[in-house]
Amino acid sequence: MTTRGAGFWIGAAVAIGLAGVAAGVIKNEYFFFAAYPILMYVVLSTAWNILGGYAGYVNFGTAAFFGLGAYTSVALIQSTGAPLAVQIFGAAAMSGLLGFGTGLLTLRLRGIFFSIATVAVIFIMETLFINWRYVGGATGLQLLRPAPIWPFESYIKMLFVVMAVIVVAAVAVARYIENSWIGRGLHAVRDSEEAAECSGVPTLKLKVFACTISGALMGAAGAPMPMYLSFIEPASTFNLNYSIGALASAIIGGTAHWLGPVMGALLLTSLQQYATVNISNEMNVLVVGVLLVVFVVAAPDGILGLLRKLKRAK
Amino acid sequence: MFSFELLLEAILFGVLLGCFYAAVSIGLSVSFGLLDVPHIAHPAILVFGSYCTYLLGRYGLDPIIAGIVLMPPFFLLGMAVYRFYYETFEKRGTDTGVRGLAFFFGLALVIEVGLILAFGVDQRMVEADYIGKSLVIGETRIPWRLLVAFGVAVVLTAGLTLYLSRTFTGRAIKAVAQDEPALRLMGANPVRIKQWAFGIATAVTALAGAMLIIVGPVDPSLDRIYIGRTFCVVVLAGLGSMTGTVAAGLILGISESIVLTQFGASWAPAVAFGLLLVVLGIRPQGLFGR
Repeated sequence: MTTRGAGFWIGAAVAIGLAGVAAGVIKNEYFFFAAYPILMYVVLSTAWNILGGYAGYVNFGTAAFFGLGAYTSVALIQSTGAPLAVQIFGAAAMSGLLGFGTGLLTLRLRGIFFSIATVAVIFIMETLFINWRYVGGATGLQLLRPAPIWPFESYIKMLFVVMAVIVVAAVAVARYIENSWIGRGLHAVRDSEEAAECSGVPTLKLKVFACTISGALMGAAGAPMPMYLSFIEPASTFNLNYSIGALASAIIGGTAHWLGPVMGALLLTSLQQYATVNISNEMNVLVVGVLLVVFVVAAPDGILGLLRKLKRAK
Repeated sequence: MFSFELLLEAILFGVLLGCFYAAVSIGLSVSFGLLDVPHIAHPAILVFGSYCTYLLGRYGLDPIIAGIVLMPPFFLLGMAVYRFYYETFEKRGTDTGVRGLAFFFGLALVIEVGLILAFGVDQRMVEADYIGKSLVIGETRIPWRLLVAFGVAVVLTAGLTLYLSRTFTGRAIKAVAQDEPALRLMGANPVRIKQWAFGIATAVTALAGAMLIIVGPVDPSLDRIYIGRTFCVVVLAGLGSMTGTVAAGLILGISESIVLTQFGASWAPAVAFGLLLVVLGIRPQGLFGR
């Protein structure tokens, strides 16, 4: 276990190091502009998987947590001009709180009710921010990027490296949960909630905990978004497409292991970026929908499941 | 400013809207409420129905007639969807929750993007004699399109309620919802009954889709907001209760209409979702829950 753990942390350090080196070496700004959403979706689907994959509760509300994170940043910038790190922690706290509330309200019910409630949370959040003038209201708000912090030469490169750090943090959290008693408890919830409850697993506590952590990570992923776009507006921030992307990446990659959502998001979002640039924006959404349906029907354990089958066949 | 007349008018419109909401939700009340299928794609099928009505309308067909013409093909479509869902998820048993939901979510997305690719993102509407004119009673003007939708909604809802309570197949559908193993022991095939019921639910949704495009212009992403409205009605009603569906539709219609007049249009979309959350938090079994 310790050697495997060491391997993970070395890998994590290498990943961040590579992101830093890329920021230093690659001159083309567009590369970072295109790569940033890929990393962002890795965080979103890793976060989604903590509740959706381990516990089997489907969260359609990724956009709500993500959007609340983004708007927390905007509110902090507007009121105090807080630096990026403060924005990220603030966003994580607010979205975590939202996850806690949503979980407490609906996780007692059967899974589908939780799922529908999370859709409701998106639209309620969107309506709130449409009517809140201070952060731009329905028309949105133009934001000025501050100067990048040394050693970064441009803000977008900085955001790219910051997102790489968030990716590592999110994956580390997911991996910790997966290997600890929390993960085993969530697995028990997924397999049979009644049996888990009867054997003394504190199911509601675990589910609410997972929902809170998952929400907080989604919020952290949303925090740099306003600065990435240097613009914020409710309709595109609380867009259901974020939910779809996060869910589809996790399911396509495979939900049983933390590697699943990471692989799924890397593959799916790269494919989407390619489709957006080369074909059309609608096509990129269609790709996600079709792949999601195909995987759910034909390869329910995702790419990880396929790889495992391949290994066993040899 | 509070005015009594304004409130009365809001309630009147709320009742009309409410019956319409009941009608667009009643298919879901059968598929999700009675059959327990996590049919997130119901609103997408509703909007698909609207677009089919629009297509037929271009050949000069009246939208209501178009809706009725669409019912048989939608019935078959519903049977096919259920059969597929049954074979791939319910039959395998384990873990229908996550995958079933993800499947219908993906299906909704594919329908939505398909409509965007076929028709573009612009709003579409239909033409008929009763669209654009209003019935004037004293100070109030009630658009005929709302009244027509109201009328069809009442007939549709009453018809389905009678079908479920009076006919042999209708009662069989209710029996499946109550106790599937018992039905199996009686020698009936629950899968066939459920498939039939899902077909009926989808056929009803086709006609509801025709009303949707009568009431107002439709665009492909309209299904997203109707996730809230339809599920709000079905959950508030108490799963599978037909009387409840009408009552819940009225509650939603009236609340939305009051919020619209008192607070403005930007708050109205949140009413359905807010109500849904409140119901889930306070009384998840709904008004007329089993």
